[in-house]
Amino acid sequence: MESAVDVHRLHFAFTVTFHYLFPQLTMGLALLILILKTMALRSGDEHYNRSARFWAKIFGINFALGVVTGIPMEFQFGTNWAEFSKAAGGVIGQPLAMEGVFSFFLESSFLGLFLFGEKRLGRVGHWLSALLVFLGSWLSGYLIVATDAWMQYPVGYRLRPGGDIELASFWALILNPWALGQYAHNMTGAVQTGCFVMAAVGAFYLLTSRHIEYAKSFVRVGVVLGVIAAVVQMAPTGDFQGVMIARHQPVTLAAMEGLFRSQQGAPLAILGQPDVEKRQLDNPLEIPSMLSFLTYRKWSAHVSGLDAFPQDQWPDKIELLYYSYHVMVGLGTIFIAVMAVSVFLLWRRKLFATRWMLWVLMLSAPLPYIANTAGWLTAELGRQPWLIYGVMRTVHGASPRVVAGNAWFTLIGFMGMYTVLSMLWLFLVYREIEQGPEPDEKPSTPAPASRPATVN
Amino acid sequence: METVWFCLVAVMIAMYVLLDGFDLGAGAIYFLVAQTNEERRQVLASIGPVWDGNEVWLLAAGGVLYFAFPLLYASGFSGFYLPLMMVLWLLILRGSSIEFRNHIQSAVWIPFWDFLFSLSSLLLAVFFGAALGNVVRGVPLDETGYFFEPLWTNFQLGDHPGILDWYTILVGVTALLVLMMHGALWVQLKTEAAIRERSASVASWAWWGVLACTVLLTGVTFRIQPQILVNFKTWPVGYILPALAIAGLAGVQFELRRGKELNAFLASCAYLLGMLTSVVFGVYPMVLPARNPAYSLTVASAKAGAYGLKIGLVWWIVGMLLATGYFVYVYRTFAGKVAANSDSHS
Repeated sequence: MESAVDVHRLHFAFTVTFHYLFPQLTMGLALLILILKTMALRSGDEHYNRSARFWAKIFGINFALGVVTGIPMEFQFGTNWAEFSKAAGGVIGQPLAMEGVFSFFLESSFLGLFLFGEKRLGRVGHWLSALLVFLGSWLSGYLIVATDAWMQYPVGYRLRPGGDIELASFWALILNPWALGQYAHNMTGAVQTGCFVMAAVGAFYLLTSRHIEYAKSFVRVGVVLGVIAAVVQMAPTGDFQGVMIARHQPVTLAAMEGLFRSQQGAPLAILGQPDVEKRQLDNPLEIPSMLSFLTYRKWSAHVSGLDAFPQDQWPDKIELLYYSYHVMVGLGTIFIAVMAVSVFLLWRRKLFATRWMLWVLMLSAPLPYIANTAGWLTAELGRQPWLIYGVMRTVHGASPRVVAGNAWFTLIGFMGMYTVLSMLWLFLVYREIEQGPEPDEKPSTPAPASRPATVN
Repeated sequence: METVWFCLVAVMIAMYVLLDGFDLGAGAIYFLVAQTNEERRQVLASIGPVWDGNEVWLLAAGGVLYFAFPLLYASGFSGFYLPLMMVLWLLILRGSSIEFRNHIQSAVWIPFWDFLFSLSSLLLAVFFGAALGNVVRGVPLDETGYFFEPLWTNFQLGDHPGILDWYTILVGVTALLVLMMHGALWVQLKTEAAIRERSASVASWAWWGVLACTVLLTGVTFRIQPQILVNFKTWPVGYILPALAIAGLAGVQFELRRGKELNAFLASCAYLLGMLTSVVFGVYPMVLPARNPAYSLTVASAKAGAYGLKIGLVWWIVGMLLATGYFVYVYRTFAGKVAANSDSHS
């Protein structure tokens, strides 16, 4: 790390990676809790309400951590990336401000009601508060993705005389095609995190013979929604992202795939280690012509390799980009397999007795976190060396007066603080899982009454 | 149009101070008014359902500031780098304390979070005050439009001031006293019995401190930032703002003696609003005054493109109407005193 801009990059990368561990779960859980509340409302079965209450506790812990780690993200645009903010704040400030005005007010108002107001609100009112929390968190996701999408694929702007960028079309910014595709891909990722975590907790209970009825509901909801999300993650959403990158960031595609040489019928690398100096992929395991087909739907299509672009256009961390992308795709493939087998076993009514599959589900819980993180690394490393693709380079975006020493000071501070938060998070979430869904204090209806409705 | 946005950002910041101000204040007076675990739980319950929403005003105001005055956001935030990062850390500690305290009923867990909650609330009040002091005093902007302030230099108001000097420390202490009074009036409004009595007495002695600091600061500030006097002379209608502050402060004492809890809290809101708007009115058209007036950032030099400001106004109005609706609903739902033995998590 020689220059301040590298420290600023690490600063943002570290804080945003840590932050996104929480929203990916809460956005996924918001949907799952809404589903549980809907099932409770439709069937009148208190079992689903108690399930929702249990997940609301996990949601609450994660939401709180998402809030406190999220505030630094907005601030860092100004503190660490002043030149970027000065130039582009008139554009990207719009979706960021809208996030505060439209999502955070909605979420924070109704989360309090959702968590503390079940008795005051009544059945429909409480369901409505769950719906509003869901809408708020998913809207927030969209506005953040739209911000990033504009940096990937800037639209609806024009340059002012001084070189700054101003907004030219609000709707172009908000309905950026890149944002729509990236949002769909990102949200299926969040739903997968929610589904895998829910199914894993269910599997854990089944394997330890506790809370059996809840466990079955958790696994069932988790894998049924999970298999849909896993497939949609790959296609059409992932596929669409790939096509957009091929069209608008071809050099990024070449770096992601580790394709150093332009060629017809380009192979798809499954494994292999990129050697950027020698410009080759070591120990490659490839599917011939597959990359050409996936990108252009033609086996013999010509795909540009890195050699087709001047080196100052290349992403600057090709190795990390290559691995992030491959980890994401590899895990995505595994998710489809895990969820498909689980749903098949569920359909055959064997899942709850198939211990090895429950083990797999339980141990899979961390994987979607890794996949989502790898996905974002792919997007952001792939955008390099640009901060705003084709408009502003990353080296020109940092704060001119904030020297490396000050950036390291605060980065180390965040690292220390987030280490403590991680431990707290693991401890508190594990405690909720240990305590389980049935509150020992005051069950609102006699427990046995709710049992018969849940067969399977 | 930029003047409209200047006013709207000021309104949002004022909303933040009024709302998050009382829960920061509740944190600062925490150990003074609540002695048992049960009493502390009640103080937390009085802000529990609303503090997060209150804090959103800071984020939303920040976002609006970002797109309406990008240069101000870039210059101000990078110039105040160190104190802003510390504010972020304090916000993290404070949010975690409120959320995690009640998870485990243990004699080591609860006091630990209680201490962090109160300390971080108290320090945030001082930091926000000092930040306001820095803006009023002016920062060492140069011709590039940037500056970087160390945390402190020699505590004097020279050409190379630090974040902390005698003036900004004075504003910080004032802010702490003001928010302690404001928070105490809120806690008084929301609680009963012993906590209510103690809050009332904290509010009344803090009031004398606020009065003394307000008088002292007003005198000093007119000398430090001459623009304020110029503005009041140019537009005498502006005197209505300090009049509001004076009326509010008098009202606090008057209503406190009559035992009207809600009126006293609202009077405190009026005082805060009057003080903040007086400052904002006084520095206009500057958004960030410089020590060398030639380099001050103004509404005109810091504003974003005209189209963005216009379209922003459309969604801002819609969004604010919605947000106001949520707030009215939430505050009504959780209106009334916090029950002495209720479980805030039920």
